[in-house]
Amino acid sequence: MAKAIKNNTIKLKFDSARNLAPAPESKSAATIKDRYELFINGEFQKPLSKKYFASINPATEEKLSEVAEANTADVNKAVEAARTAYEKVWKKTSPKERAKYIYRIARMVQERARELAIIETLDGGKPIRESRDFDVPTAANHFFYYAGWADKLEYAFPNRNAQPLGVAGQIIPWNFPLLMAAWKIAPALATGNTVVLKPAEGTPLTALKLAEIIQEADLPPGVVNIITGAGETGAAIVNHPDINKIAFTGSTNVGKIIQKAIAGTNKKATLELGGKAANIIFEDAPIDQAVEGVINGIFFNQGHVCCAGSRLFVQESVAKVVIQKLKDRMESLIVGDPMDKNTDIGAINSKEQLGIINNYLAIGQKEGAEMYQSSCAIPKKGYFCRPTIFTGVAQSSRIAQEEIFGPVLTIQTFRTEDEVIEKANNTPFGLSAGVWTDKGSKIFNMTTKLRAGVVWANTYNKFDPTSPFGGYKESGYGREGGLHGLSAYVDIV
Amino acid sequence: MQKVTAKKITPKFSENGSHNASEKRLEVLKTYKIYVGGQFPRTESGRYYIATNSKADKLANMCLCSRKDFRDAVVSARGAFGGWSARAAFNRGQILYRIAEMLEGRKAQFIEELIKQDATPAQAEAEVNVAIDRLIYYSGWCDKFQQVFSSVNPVASSHFNFSTPEPTGVVAAIAPQNSSLIGLVSIVAPIIAGGNSCIVLASSGKPLCAVTFGEVLNSSDLPGGVVNILTGKVSELLPYFADHMDVNATVYCEKDEASQKLIKEKSALNVKRIVTYDKTDWLSDQGQSPYFIMDFQEIKTTWHPIENIGGAKAGY
Repeated sequence: MAKAIKNNTIKLKFDSARNLAPAPESKSAATIKDRYELFINGEFQKPLSKKYFASINPATEEKLSEVAEANTADVNKAVEAARTAYEKVWKKTSPKERAKYIYRIARMVQERARELAIIETLDGGKPIRESRDFDVPTAANHFFYYAGWADKLEYAFPNRNAQPLGVAGQIIPWNFPLLMAAWKIAPALATGNTVVLKPAEGTPLTALKLAEIIQEADLPPGVVNIITGAGETGAAIVNHPDINKIAFTGSTNVGKIIQKAIAGTNKKATLELGGKAANIIFEDAPIDQAVEGVINGIFFNQGHVCCAGSRLFVQESVAKVVIQKLKDRMESLIVGDPMDKNTDIGAINSKEQLGIINNYLAIGQKEGAEMYQSSCAIPKKGYFCRPTIFTGVAQSSRIAQEEIFGPVLTIQTFRTEDEVIEKANNTPFGLSAGVWTDKGSKIFNMTTKLRAGVVWANTYNKFDPTSPFGGYKESGYGREGGLHGLSAYVDIV
Repeated sequence: MQKVTAKKITPKFSENGSHNASEKRLEVLKTYKIYVGGQFPRTESGRYYIATNSKADKLANMCLCSRKDFRDAVVSARGAFGGWSARAAFNRGQILYRIAEMLEGRKAQFIEELIKQDATPAQAEAEVNVAIDRLIYYSGWCDKFQQVFSSVNPVASSHFNFSTPEPTGVVAAIAPQNSSLIGLVSIVAPIIAGGNSCIVLASSGKPLCAVTFGEVLNSSDLPGGVVNILTGKVSELLPYFADHMDVNATVYCEKDEASQKLIKEKSALNVKRIVTYDKTDWLSDQGQSPYFIMDFQEIKTTWHPIENIGGAKAGY
């Protein structure tokens, strides 16, 4: 019997594909100030802390701007502004007027989309193609979607009356800075709450641009306050006695600290935490589409995605061909300048994160898994990581159990549906999952049995304002997006 | 329809089966055990406590359950979860209805136990009636709440996208401590109606009905392990209800702030969902709602592409 497995793929000539002429987006369409203050009570205010910290472009390691560091006194000021705005203004603003403010914000985000996309890419290192085509439009759409809910809440909770909670403290991560701000702010405002939002310390600039938009939109002062800072600022928000609700997106570890910190209080919380999603390919799947979906599932946004398909399960009979096709496709990915419109994989968000990823690469090899990286060149300056896959991974491997949050895929094989369901669910996480098969009944068997909040069948990493997002188990609780995202911000009486 | 009345049969023999009319029949006392995995074991610890009424009359020796009993019960609940959650919602509805039927049939026994535990006859009957009706109420919701709380989401891309509730998993509940039956039933019914399995700690002070309710469950085609009932001290078991790593949600119904804090803190270990009902009057209609079912549900969103190649439109 012939040993060679027939591979019908026509091998692309990557050399020529890789030599695309540079197509850089221009920085001139965006304005970044040298320094940003805290956005409190409708104004940009100097921090009481008198401290500032730098925001770095991870692709060049150059300083982009410096932003204020909010201390406890600054947080107090922001919460007070939000409380006053809630009691005196926002609570009394009629729902339809609330809606119009949010619509206005949505429109202004659309108007300034190009600028926001450029800043998002400069500040966070993600490819301009993603900022431009995904982050910014989805953020605008999120505002647009929730705006419409403001005066229709009585239809959302049958036989109940939805009441706002009060002041929401919102803490967001660095992987989708503007989009996460939109996910948090839009439903909170639509349901009549006021907001104190803290963007991640590494990627504060688009949230501060959003603050400018909110100011320009004439939203009543104090309804949205955006303050910058690191973990201590976040802790001050979480522990503030006059906050009614904490909405957090970030790591499972910090989520647990927050859940514990608010234990003795009546604060409500929604937590959107880590993930280690299984992406499952059956032998009857459309293999080329599946490979494309796996690539998108793990390399989208450099793998800095909580719902990234970071554990690939391939049915044994097609494993060889799938892995070969994955390697071929990885070779064609362009890694480099995030501002280049041809770039597929941009810069790792920070030096710290690159360190974490590299550490996992070392762990994976030490555990005996076989590592494969694409052969592409990466820029000398800036934080970059080649797309990476591991084969020969054990279920117990740390690289298969822990969230890496980078462009690193582990590959395991399976024989039966039961086996893969068992393996896929055998994790403390439960945020998302993917299934690839041509058989409808198998899809529904899998999507019902996978214990995860979002399941993509024959697709992956799709998001929409109308579609609820959030996890099972240690991936957190509560939903963001859609009808179900409203309940995170209301008391139903 | 002809009304059926049961004929009263006067026994030919005296009640104890002997012909000696002067000898009083000795009552057979019930041993109150716990209900775990569809069986009625004693606590592994061999410990007991004495249930009394307000006059300090001894009612029964109750199992004083240990951490190990709780852990065993979690194993049973986890084992039962997959099968129970995969049952047809309609079938779950039928089983909840069956529980109500069984409770109706044993009404007298529950009334008697409630009276022993300080209820007046009128209160006792009312509580049992509400408990039966509550089970019927949730029986009906089993295959309806999904429709009320689901959505088909009109995403902007070419995908079919829908969100449905799915059970959270294994729920550890401390039943309301001030009632013997209605609190327990009101907590357990929405949990299992939604397809979860549970471990429930009975009222420490009024534990009798919980164990007898276990017998009702056991004769209702409810698979073993879906509901596990323990008796014991809340203060001893509460930390384990909150920190067990294979429990997905915790329920607590008392106003005690220190305990609430402890539960919330320990629940953070594995991001448990924490549900606190400290304001609910379980005897009233306020004690039932589909939102109680939703407290133990996760929303799952499923995506699938829609082929959109040709130009045909559904124009007619």
